[in-house]
Amino acid sequence: MTSAAIRREPAFGPRTARVGLYAFLVVSAVFFLLPLLLVIMNSLKPMEEIRQGNLLALPINPNFDAWVSAWQSACTGLECAGIRPGLWNSIKITVPSVVISTLAGALNGYALAQWKSRHANMIMLLVTVGLFVPYQAMLYPTVKILSNVGLFRTYLGIVFVHVIYGLPYTTLLFRNFYVGVPDEISRAARMEGASFLRTFWSIILPISTNILVVVAILQFTGIWNDYLLGLIFAGNDNLPMTVQLTNIVSNARGAANPNVNMAAALITAIPTLVVYFLSGRYFVRGIAAGAVKG
Amino acid sequence: MTTWLKRQGFKPNITVAIFFAVVAVFFYGSILWTSYMSLTRSTLIPKYEVVGLVQYVDLFTNQRWLVSCLNMVIFGVFYMVGTLAFGILLAVLADRRIKAESFFRTIFLYPLAVSLIITGLSWRWLLDPTSGLQALVRGMGWESFTFDWLTRPDRAIYTLVIASIWHSAGLVMVIVLAGLRGIDSDLWKAIRMEGIPLWRAYLQVIFPGMRPVIASCVVLLMSEVIRGYDLIIAMTKGGPGIATEMPAKFAVDFYFTRVNLGLASAASMMMLLLSLLLLTPYFYSEFRRRI
Amino acid sequence: MSSISVRRIKKSFAALTILHSVDMEIEKGEFVVILGPSGCGKSTLLNVIAGLEECDEGQIVIEGKDVSGLEPSERGLAMVFQSYALFPAMTVRRNLSFGMEIAGTPKATVAEKVAWVAKLLQIEALLDRKPGQLSGGQRQRVAIGRALVRSSSICLFDEPLSNLDAKLRAETRVELKQLHETLGSTMIYVTHDQIEAMTMADRVAVMHKGKVEQFAHPQSVYEKPASLFVAGFVGSPAMNFLEGNLDGLGRFVTGDVSIDTSAYAFEGPPLAREAVLGVRCENISIVERGTPQTIPAMLAFTELLGADALAWFDCLGKRFSVRLGVEAARSMRKEVGLRFDMAKASLFSVASERRL
Repeated sequence: MTSAAIRREPAFGPRTARVGLYAFLVVSAVFFLLPLLLVIMNSLKPMEEIRQGNLLALPINPNFDAWVSAWQSACTGLECAGIRPGLWNSIKITVPSVVISTLAGALNGYALAQWKSRHANMIMLLVTVGLFVPYQAMLYPTVKILSNVGLFRTYLGIVFVHVIYGLPYTTLLFRNFYVGVPDEISRAARMEGASFLRTFWSIILPISTNILVVVAILQFTGIWNDYLLGLIFAGNDNLPMTVQLTNIVSNARGAANPNVNMAAALITAIPTLVVYFLSGRYFVRGIAAGAVKG
Repeated sequence: MTTWLKRQGFKPNITVAIFFAVVAVFFYGSILWTSYMSLTRSTLIPKYEVVGLVQYVDLFTNQRWLVSCLNMVIFGVFYMVGTLAFGILLAVLADRRIKAESFFRTIFLYPLAVSLIITGLSWRWLLDPTSGLQALVRGMGWESFTFDWLTRPDRAIYTLVIASIWHSAGLVMVIVLAGLRGIDSDLWKAIRMEGIPLWRAYLQVIFPGMRPVIASCVVLLMSEVIRGYDLIIAMTKGGPGIATEMPAKFAVDFYFTRVNLGLASAASMMMLLLSLLLLTPYFYSEFRRRI
Repeated sequence: MSSISVRRIKKSFAALTILHSVDMEIEKGEFVVILGPSGCGKSTLLNVIAGLEECDEGQIVIEGKDVSGLEPSERGLAMVFQSYALFPAMTVRRNLSFGMEIAGTPKATVAEKVAWVAKLLQIEALLDRKPGQLSGGQRQRVAIGRALVRSSSICLFDEPLSNLDAKLRAETRVELKQLHETLGSTMIYVTHDQIEAMTMADRVAVMHKGKVEQFAHPQSVYEKPASLFVAGFVGSPAMNFLEGNLDGLGRFVTGDVSIDTSAYAFEGPPLAREAVLGVRCENISIVERGTPQTIPAMLAFTELLGADALAWFDCLGKRFSVRLGVEAARSMRKEVGLRFDMAKASLFSVASERRL
């Protein structure tokens, strides 16, 4: 018998307890699935069925009409071009933000792991505290700085904010990974005459694929799902999907079309859900790694 | 000098310096600036004349702020206790060699990939008394069934609690499960040899050994509470009335729609102060040995 | 001209002094082992020589050139690390050639040197594998190969055998020694393992608390340890010690016993002082109890080691080991006398802990 088998020997001996256990798990699963099912069901209903009033009724004649109008004709305000422009904006914002904040985090994390100083821990403390500073205490000065350099409410501005605000987080995640990489590897590279950047690029990055994927997924989820920063910093031409979605939902005409709203919500949620389902293992590992901050 | 420069090329110092400069300017510099603004009468644009703690006095005589703080406490307590209890329970169950573990885990975790905006909207639709859960139950024949918390000022806050537990329980589950999986199998053997009942084993042996894991869950949830903004926007917009207002929303509203920079800064500083106070024990235990 | 001169190297971290003014002259082609317990500063010294750590004071001179301000890669030496530190994502070939690639060495030269080293170390078959696919011994060879490609004239080793199992370690020891003889290169080798030091070194530097206690041929380190620390650290079982006094009249006195020291080669005048007498287990003979100039002892137990045996005695409140034949150990009496071979014994001052 393996030790794992011993360890996880079910001590829920009696059959009733076992049944209770599964009953609880199934009820929990229903609780977690209910909102998703609701949104999927209603996004497939035509308006006549919606008007009957019950959102939890199964669709009788499912079709994708609501999806089509959410995609191309729902109104976000005066404009009625659906959520499509928001999707493009979100991609345009998220991809460079994720790439830059992840790579910069890797470089900084490696540097911090290598950096031997009596003050190293003090700096780590300051950076860790930075993770927990509410955005509200930083928002206005960031607005101010960006206005001064002409980046407030621009595409570059929102990418910049995502990178900067994400940096302490990505840096700490990478640092925690790199302190586990033997110091001797970096020393050996230095013996061979490789500079710091060269060592990072040729030796360290190639062994960091797992953590790169983990951090990139975390950053992708965080930035795609961001609402507040997009609302403030993106500017009207670059509003991400989350902001467009709330505009559609709160639009006077939108209030009358719950099926379209739900279709729009689903379209907005699909990218992160797809990443979640495709990368389950990495996603889980990322959450566990992210929890052990500092 | 040239050799000094050349040697730097082989060291992490320059990268560390740039990184720290960024953190210093955008994080700590911003905090300093915000604290400065909180001492002025700035409205739309910054005014630089320091007037003392006037904004803080205004803040704590502002009905909406006081309600926001109270709401945050109520929300925070129920959300944290609920999420921890539910998440830990799910982790323990998932650790008991259940069938279809990965199926259940996938379901319990997917909310983490969903934005709080969509979480809020979904739960708003689900709990809408006229078309959601209440309508469903009444439609099945229980005509007097009532679940209208979303529209009741004294109960709306609890709907936020439900939605955020839905969103975060998986987080606690994953972290605690990782902790449980890290427990030495010899400890479980010893527990079986001693014949300790399972519930006592968890409460008195396993969880006490996992204090750091649970502490990091608490820290994460706490910072969620203080930052909570998106969910309120999507679900209740602070209403009915001001029944679900919270400090994060208060600050953003006063920054950008009510253009009272001074008051918003004071509110932000109070949020920061609260974060630091609550996190001090954690930082103390994390860094005590290292500094 | 010596190959490497270490001059008055000092190094401390905050309040902790790691190296107290270390001096060392290493000849060309010499195999020097730096031996000491963990925390004695031996690895720090090696890193300072390599240039991986900066020292607070002092100079490193390599082949007549002061290299103190130079990068490790510019010092014309190479290093083998304890964990091998192979670059994980690179093939063995790339591990060997990476340094030359950075230095801009022409491709043909690189290929030639890699081929030479691969042949020398018999790792030709491994060239296209990644480090993760190699066994511990193979990694070890690649790490040595990487160092040799870099510089075959001076090579530093930081406990390179400590991650190998006992059998492989013994084999690699012999191979390293042969390699040294083939190449005639200067090697500095850090270890805490005295067998490695005894078997491989031309000279051993025994370090303790940031100081070099003795720098000499391994046999003289064993036979004539320069300090109490060296005497206790080198040799297994440890040297037997007996505290007492030199009376200034040519006798070592402890308790009721006095031992004539006329056979002992004092390094200075044999003044009266508190002293420690040290004697190795093979330099004690067993005689009848009560014989003059001997110490009364009571047998505690014997250990049979195969080739010979150790008998452990209690005497004067101490436990003494005596090496003897298996037959003699089997028929050992309970109460005996121990006679020390003073010509091969050591005397140390209690005050300075140095050899007298």
